[in-house]
Amino acid sequence: MKLTLNMSITVQNISKSYNKIKAVETLSFAVNEGEIFGLIGPDGAGKTTLFRILTTLLFADEGTASVAGFDVVKEYKSIRNCVGYMPGKFSLYQDLSVEENLTFFATLFGTTIEENYDLIKDIYIQIEPFKTRRAGALSGGMKQKLALCCALIHKPKVLFLDEPTTGVDPVSRKEFWQMLKRLQQKGITILVSTPYMDEAALCDRIALIQKGKILKIDSPINIIEKYDKTIYDVRAKNTYQLLLDLKNHPSQYSVYAFGESIHYTDKETEFDSDTLKKYLEDKKHTEIEIQMTKPTIEDVFMDL
Amino acid sequence: MKTILFIIQKEFKQIFRNKGMLPIIFVLPLIQLLILSNAASFEIQNIKFSYIDHDHSAASRELISKFQASKSFIIVNQFNTKEEANLEMQKGNIDIILEIPTQFERNLITDKTTILSVSINAIDGASAGVENVYISQIIGTYNQKIQSHLLQYKDNSFITPQNIITIPSFWYNNTLNYKTYMVPGILVLLVTMITLFLSSMNIVREKEIGTLEQINVTPIRKHQFIIGKLFPFWILGLVILTIGLLIAKVVFNVPMLGSLFLIYAFTSVYLLLILGIGLFISNHTETQQQAMFIAWFFMVIFILMSGLFTPIESMPNWAQNITLFNPIRYFVEIIRMVMLKGATFTDITTQFSIITGYAIALNTLAVLSYKKVN
Repeated sequence: MKLTLNMSITVQNISKSYNKIKAVETLSFAVNEGEIFGLIGPDGAGKTTLFRILTTLLFADEGTASVAGFDVVKEYKSIRNCVGYMPGKFSLYQDLSVEENLTFFATLFGTTIEENYDLIKDIYIQIEPFKTRRAGALSGGMKQKLALCCALIHKPKVLFLDEPTTGVDPVSRKEFWQMLKRLQQKGITILVSTPYMDEAALCDRIALIQKGKILKIDSPINIIEKYDKTIYDVRAKNTYQLLLDLKNHPSQYSVYAFGESIHYTDKETEFDSDTLKKYLEDKKHTEIEIQMTKPTIEDVFMDL
Repeated sequence: MKTILFIIQKEFKQIFRNKGMLPIIFVLPLIQLLILSNAASFEIQNIKFSYIDHDHSAASRELISKFQASKSFIIVNQFNTKEEANLEMQKGNIDIILEIPTQFERNLITDKTTILSVSINAIDGASAGVENVYISQIIGTYNQKIQSHLLQYKDNSFITPQNIITIPSFWYNNTLNYKTYMVPGILVLLVTMITLFLSSMNIVREKEIGTLEQINVTPIRKHQFIIGKLFPFWILGLVILTIGLLIAKVVFNVPMLGSLFLIYAFTSVYLLLILGIGLFISNHTETQQQAMFIAWFFMVIFILMSGLFTPIESMPNWAQNITLFNPIRYFVEIIRMVMLKGATFTDITTQFSIITGYAIALNTLAVLSYKKVN
């Protein structure tokens, strides 16, 4: 198949297994240039394996893939020059200072901090006051910013972020996504994976991935819009009993806890909330509240 | 080149920042050198000696006095029966029982021969062997003396005893000072141990903390990374050698007859081999623990089969063949030859080329097994 020029990442029928356990199975997708593409899926879905294949750290068993127009096997050297990779685990030198870490990675890429300072400026400025501090002594959010700087220091065309916000506080997470948006404006393609469904909505397009297979690829809005079921947000005094009773409802389609309430969908199209309320009252529930609600990515994911 | 220099600089920074590691690298080996060189001796002293004298004659007393006079023996006790003596031996209170039979003196004069019984506690086989030699020496001298003495009494004629006296001359170590040959050997062990452990743990450490993966996605070349990672340990090995040689000279006064340059030249090549082994180990392990255990496994075999503590000549043939693969063996040989004997390059060409070939082979293997991609 011919590679389309404006595709920054293409993946075709990639499979990889570790001792008979399939980590990813015939995956195919493409990421446009300058796009933030999210891989959304639970732990063990095969996200990291896919990252390792695309960053030339791992050979796929089958299939082909290309990054920035280079084949991941034949032209791996060119790829290494133009991608930035931020692994899920913090992996910089804890015993080197912030500045030393950054200089080290700049040198490995044959560049200097000054040369690409404008790209990392927004982020680096926040950790610059601590530039003589050892990386190991930084807080979680700081570490993550430093790691992002190190991944950006050589002005990559494509940025791979493997669960960058796992274990980071909500404020830093929000900040982080703002930074990603700014990087996107500078023309960098970003492939990001996350187990958090709320972050999915911030991507241009997402792929829902589970057990090594892609379940759906689309923009978050389309994914939600195409979701045809009506979701009822149900609350009652005894949440646990409510969950059990809803699961026993004869025409239930899916029932799952969603924050403090329970999301309920029904098989019947002409279902209405009054019958459900009656059913619950029979089961002696009190303080029953039933509301129609807008689906979220998480709802879609639970349905897949 | 710039990248290599930068990695080297980074490695040194990390080594010197590791406050726990610094003393391990520099202080411990020196303490080891000082302690081991003073302690690892084959001389045996204070052998607990006891005897059973059934004869009570002038000849038997003279024999016992020979043991008394020796510095190596302490006379702990004398017993009347063998049973009593055996009991003490079992308790571990004595190492040697010498039993002098009745009519020891008379038999010597009439039959010109007699039998002595010597029991040695051989729970430590090596020292029992040495003790046996000491005892034989004492009895041997006594034997020569008593024979000429007694025979003269008997024949009443003055024949000068025909004695052949051998006076050994110990070349390259006149006084048989064990420190002279132990210090260079132990120094070799230390240099090997430190460089092997540090280098084998080093790359694994990057694997463990995840930085290796980060480095692997950069365009850095394999050789740049390997050289940059290992070069600091090559330098460290030479620094430890230098400190060790200084101690050998200043503290132990070990002679240095050969050229220092030759020792350094050999060590430079030798360290490449050790670093190659280290790299090989770290390529095939996932954690520092695994690397440490494997390095230990090889180190113990290398040390015990190096000829430093047990002579290679006394090993069975198959074991001698195994020692041919032991780098420490060659280094111990060479450092002793150069320091004590003043060997020149032509004398050590064989060992030098073996180590060079070995270094090339192992490094090729190690570099090939280092993969940036799985």
